[in-house]
Amino acid sequence: MHRTGELYGQFETLEQQKESAALGMWVFLSTEVLFFGGLFMTYTLNRHYYGTAFGVGSNTLDLKLGGLNTVILILSSLTMAMSVWASHVGKRRQTTSFLVATLVLGTAFLGVKVIEYKQKFDHHLVPGYHFQIDYRAQHPAPNDDPKEIEAEKEELSKAFAKDPDLNAHAQLYFSLYFGMTGLHALHMIVGAGMLVWLIRQSMLGRFTPTYNTPVEMIGLYWHFVDIVWIYLFPLLYLIDRHR
Amino acid sequence: MSEHIVSPKVYIGIFLSLMVLTAATVAAAYVNLGPFNIVIALAIASVKATLVVLYFMHARYSPKRTHMVIIAAVFWLAIMLALTLSDYVTRDRDMAANTQITTMLRT
Amino acid sequence: MDTPTSTRTATATVYKIPEEHYLNSTYGIRSWLLTTDHKRIALLYLFSVTFFFFVGGIFATMIRIHLMTPQGFLVTPETYNKLFTMHGVAMIFFFLIPSIPAVLGNFLVPLMIGAKDLAFPKINLLSWYLYILGGCFVLYSFSTGGLDTGWTFYTPLSSVYSNSAVTPAVLGIFINGFSSILTGLNFVVTIHTMRAPGMTWFRLPLFVWAQYATSIIFILGTPVIAITLLLVGLERMFHLGFFNPALGGDPILFQHLFWFYSHPAVYIMILPAMGVISEIIPTFARKPIFGYSFIAGSSIAIAVIGFFVWAHHMFLTGESVYAALAFSFLSYLVAIPSAVKVFNWTSTLYKGSISWDTPMLYALGFIGLFLIGGLTGLFLACLGLDIHIHDTYFVVAHFHYIMVGGAVMGYLGGIHFWWPKISGRLYPEFLARVSAIILFSGFNLTFFPQFILGYLGMPRRYHSYPPEFQVLNVMSTAGASILALGYLLPMIYLVWSLKYGTVAGPNPWPSTGLEWKTDSPPPTENFLVTPEVTWEPYDFETRPDLELDHIVAGKLPAPAHGDD
Repeated sequence: MHRTGELYGQFETLEQQKESAALGMWVFLSTEVLFFGGLFMTYTLNRHYYGTAFGVGSNTLDLKLGGLNTVILILSSLTMAMSVWASHVGKRRQTTSFLVATLVLGTAFLGVKVIEYKQKFDHHLVPGYHFQIDYRAQHPAPNDDPKEIEAEKEELSKAFAKDPDLNAHAQLYFSLYFGMTGLHALHMIVGAGMLVWLIRQSMLGRFTPTYNTPVEMIGLYWHFVDIVWIYLFPLLYLIDRHR
Repeated sequence: MSEHIVSPKVYIGIFLSLMVLTAATVAAAYVNLGPFNIVIALAIASVKATLVVLYFMHARYSPKRTHMVIIAAVFWLAIMLALTLSDYVTRDRDMAANTQITTMLRT
Repeated sequence: MDTPTSTRTATATVYKIPEEHYLNSTYGIRSWLLTTDHKRIALLYLFSVTFFFFVGGIFATMIRIHLMTPQGFLVTPETYNKLFTMHGVAMIFFFLIPSIPAVLGNFLVPLMIGAKDLAFPKINLLSWYLYILGGCFVLYSFSTGGLDTGWTFYTPLSSVYSNSAVTPAVLGIFINGFSSILTGLNFVVTIHTMRAPGMTWFRLPLFVWAQYATSIIFILGTPVIAITLLLVGLERMFHLGFFNPALGGDPILFQHLFWFYSHPAVYIMILPAMGVISEIIPTFARKPIFGYSFIAGSSIAIAVIGFFVWAHHMFLTGESVYAALAFSFLSYLVAIPSAVKVFNWTSTLYKGSISWDTPMLYALGFIGLFLIGGLTGLFLACLGLDIHIHDTYFVVAHFHYIMVGGAVMGYLGGIHFWWPKISGRLYPEFLARVSAIILFSGFNLTFFPQFILGYLGMPRRYHSYPPEFQVLNVMSTAGASILALGYLLPMIYLVWSLKYGTVAGPNPWPSTGLEWKTDSPPPTENFLVTPEVTWEPYDFETRPDLELDHIVAGKLPAPAHGDD
């Protein structure tokens, strides 16, 4: 196993090695654009046809949690960029600290997602046999705000009038919600794993101003995952807030 | 990858811009702009994404071939969306034309 | 070197296999299964794709036997559906798509650009393991219920109603997709960053240009089919509704997403073969290729325009007429760069010094068969005509002319052309030429009748047909048996040549690429000294070292003493 920082056999110079790593990561990210792209295509079409159901589905999402997650993730991009900077100027401890901050923020993001997913599960909004868009309206929990439930019931009755198949179409929305945020979360988990490795390498002093390629490359990946969320947030959470 | 070292001040500035834009997109969502809601939402998201790509990902300081990779990825995504939608978007017109012709032939 | 006799005949030098080369530098199964040497990985792929060729070939044999009689006697209709599906899946995803890129591309790209290996050798090995893992899932699917949806997996049959083993199959193809993506990524980075000094873009061999164009398609197209098949699997498992009309979903969306990759996939299959032809023709016409930059540019053009035409597979499934018009027009456009190549190859032959070695026979066969396949593609791109010939044997014949008459012949031509470099040995020339002719004849007898069958109206994917089509079907099956012989013979004599073939030496043809400047077989690090390139590609006429290579290979007599 090569120690990071050494010249690998197939390359002539460290410069060539670094160029290759960077181009490789950017090309990989372009494949990810197309990978997520298929889901965005599916979303576009289904939202075009089932706008009402998508609006209803989107309004069941907790905007506060979604907004919080957006802030958390963008902040983690900042800390990631800062760790790249720190490694460039040779500040070893700061490199490690910023990487740790990124990991903590990423984990917090995933934690919030777990809370959101659990809410969906409790409200029978997970696609499958038990999916029922109006479950919460029909069976409110004791601590639910009655005004909120009334508003939801009204929204649902208007929506059902516009779209008799609301349940099936809302299920499409939630399939996309879980599919897209789930795929995104999977990418975050992989990113978190890579951060753990990075933190260890940084603590061992492997990154210097002349060699910090892994930090930069994993940084690129992390920023890409942030960009996916930057699109997911308005497309999933902000469809029909102006009702 | 260039050796240009971006200063933390730039990063913090970008971060603050991203926060402002996030607030803007949430605020815009509460105003009923009809079909423009989605346009504004995607526009703001694209500005945010561009800032992340240019500054956090150092695309601004990267060699030309990095730019080509980014443009290719976005362009290909655009092809997939645009050409697929070209089918769906022209269907009703297609059906209407068919009905017109059929009605014409019947009378 | 043997000096000639006074009659000045040409005599080839007698060579010995070099002491140490990539095949014997390390021993043991671990040194192969954990190798990061691109040449060994290419051989790992060679064995695996050949295996899947057999798998697909067995299904093809069963199909052709079944179709000898109008009612079909070999299998039930349900099993017949499984036969053509599994034939398609095995051949397309596990033979055709990886064949030239993963075998010849892996072996040759670093050699042709003067590098020691690809940019990411470990990822190269990972690519092979992903291919094997994907293959295992698909073989599991084949043996536990098979697959009956067609290789095109149209929904909702594949996502809801089929009772066959769809889920493991889509998972296997998904995993295999990542193998392709990583190979494409490796090639793009390598070609950008690891060229030897002096090897500018326009000195690159056209094979490398072809691999680059193919890699663009790998990178930008494959992820889409990956996510699409993943969605089909999820839909099957969790009863989601994206592609199921009963739940508000849209089967046409599946088709758009599927063909967005699968059309460019056919260019993945043909571009590398075209790259092989661009290497063979100048060598055996002993002339520089005509219009180098046009051939290079047309490779990129095919890769790009190929992404704009996918819905020509959907003319009859419900897409809007206006979109159909646009896609039909674009499909005509994409034929233009291919035609440019055919004109340029032909112009290269003009006034060349042609030799009829086996690779040249395959290349010439390619040009003729690709011409027929390509032109019939234009027939299919024409909306009015497609209404009648869509989903008939006309389509089947069209794509087999391109994929078998084109891609497979390009692959075999390449295997023969570079066999001396890969193995250090020459194959038996006479037997190889006979084999090529058998293959060409068998191929035409198999597939030309299918054009007629399609034109007369025989639908594809049908297990039975009206009795008046029997003669043509029997001709097709007879041709298939000859074609099979044409495939078996090379497998036998190529293996034979490993032990008994004449030792080849570095440049037996001779040809002009950098790969011919190193030993056959090459050392593990490819070049003992990093080469520096100062000549233009295909420079048969003026390169000083080539005349020596010609003499050494026995193609030209050496100057008699006293002539200099």
